[in-house]
Amino acid sequence: MQRVAIKGIGQTPVREHWDMAVHNLAVDAARAALDDAGIDKVDAIFLGNMTSDALNKQHHLATKVADYLGMRGVETVKLEAACGSGAAAVRQGMLAIAGGMMDAVLVVGVEKMTDSKGAETTRALATAADADYEVIHGVTFVGLNALVMQRYMHTYGYVQADFAPFALNAHANGANNPNALFREPISLRTYERGRAVAEPITLFDASPIGDGAAAVVLVSAEKAPDAVKILGSASSIDTLAVHDREDPLWLKAAEISTRKAMAQAGVTHDDIDIFELHDAFSVMAALSLESSGFVEPGQGVPFAQSGAIFPNGGLPIQTMGGLKARGHPVGATGVYQIVEATQQMRGTAGDAQIDGVEIAMTQNIGGSGATIVTHILGK
Amino acid sequence: MEVSRHWRLQKQRYQLVGETCDNCGVKLFPPRDVCLECEAPAYELFTFAGTGEVYSFTTVYDAPAGFEGMAPYMMAMVKLDEGPIVTAQLTDVWPGDVEIGTRVEMVTRKLRTDGDEGMIVYGYKFRPMLEAIA
Repeated sequence: MQRVAIKGIGQTPVREHWDMAVHNLAVDAARAALDDAGIDKVDAIFLGNMTSDALNKQHHLATKVADYLGMRGVETVKLEAACGSGAAAVRQGMLAIAGGMMDAVLVVGVEKMTDSKGAETTRALATAADADYEVIHGVTFVGLNALVMQRYMHTYGYVQADFAPFALNAHANGANNPNALFREPISLRTYERGRAVAEPITLFDASPIGDGAAAVVLVSAEKAPDAVKILGSASSIDTLAVHDREDPLWLKAAEISTRKAMAQAGVTHDDIDIFELHDAFSVMAALSLESSGFVEPGQGVPFAQSGAIFPNGGLPIQTMGGLKARGHPVGATGVYQIVEATQQMRGTAGDAQIDGVEIAMTQNIGGSGATIVTHILGK
Repeated sequence: MEVSRHWRLQKQRYQLVGETCDNCGVKLFPPRDVCLECEAPAYELFTFAGTGEVYSFTTVYDAPAGFEGMAPYMMAMVKLDEGPIVTAQLTDVWPGDVEIGTRVEMVTRKLRTDGDEGMIVYGYKFRPMLEAIA
């Protein structure tokens, strides 16, 4: 099996890009990644995206992106795993290189979410949940996460304000990332004054939608010996609906994919220098830390309160703002995480730079924990 | 039109018909023909009593398209007495009347309507259990 290297990275800022269509965003990020890699030909394009059909009236998006890149003749396919689409696409690219079937692959994650009204976007995102047993009852993604957070608080005895460090850390770090949607630190008072979105989730517990695209160029590590490598890659699922889980407060798919990815990489939790987790909601960040084995069940919140998640802590998370402040263009998010971790390992993260990052972990979640893709990057 | 999509779920929506696992006896809702516990085939139908307790709850303020007229509305995960958890709206209730552990029972209510001339979809919601007056 070939070890896989990340030869090029590219991204658009996460914004409300009123002047750009979904394929324009993808092409911009793709060109940046190809330029960074110094190549202009790839064997395939794997594209991660969730809502181009519902929100952009465009299926067959990977082919359109390749077409607008001027890459007639290339192989393409779009991969969809809800909010986990981006990392799922990276993993497919990795498999193609690792298996020796391809020499160079372009992976793009893209989402264009701000052309539609809020209720339409909310409906489109809700389709990641079970249509017949969750969505028909008026479930929203915020609502599902609120149900999980309420139960988490009940089980472990926390109040909503205990989750503040996740939001404060994200916004402080996002202020140092020019590609982040939100570039202002927030105060504890601001967090506490956030309006209720779905109790107990308030505005600052929820990540914002946005338009954005991120891309990576993958090649065999032999051809890019100095590049950041993918040391481990694993994907796992749990039941689609939260209510069917053995324990709705445990991300089984995070536990499994982390264990597999760490085994491949030959690393343990102590080796991980930064963890780009899927903080779509504050409670999801806590569950990720717990289910991935960094802390015991229920200890994600005190771990954050201890400062361990801050840039100078033992396990920095959301180092470029996370989903909360960089923004969450859903199908692009998993690729942003890989791009940002690569920036950190290259030492090109600018004001957001964490010193001495040798091993990074990323984790992208589709639905409320139904599909979880974990990657470990090293040098 | 989505008539058949809703029609084929009428036993689940109106009666909470799920399945029971021949192998380990676990009760399943919704029916999925495979046991979540032991992964054995599970085809035997089982009708739930429709009673349980609130496992978790929330109030949704930002509703998806098609539900705006109901917002804000309360949602819950309800742990049925026979074991499984279902997600549904709470009805006949005010925020503050519900906490984790509140006893609830299934009722049939309008889930949504597709515009002025479209289908009206009915199904289960849950309300706090009515107590018999002694």
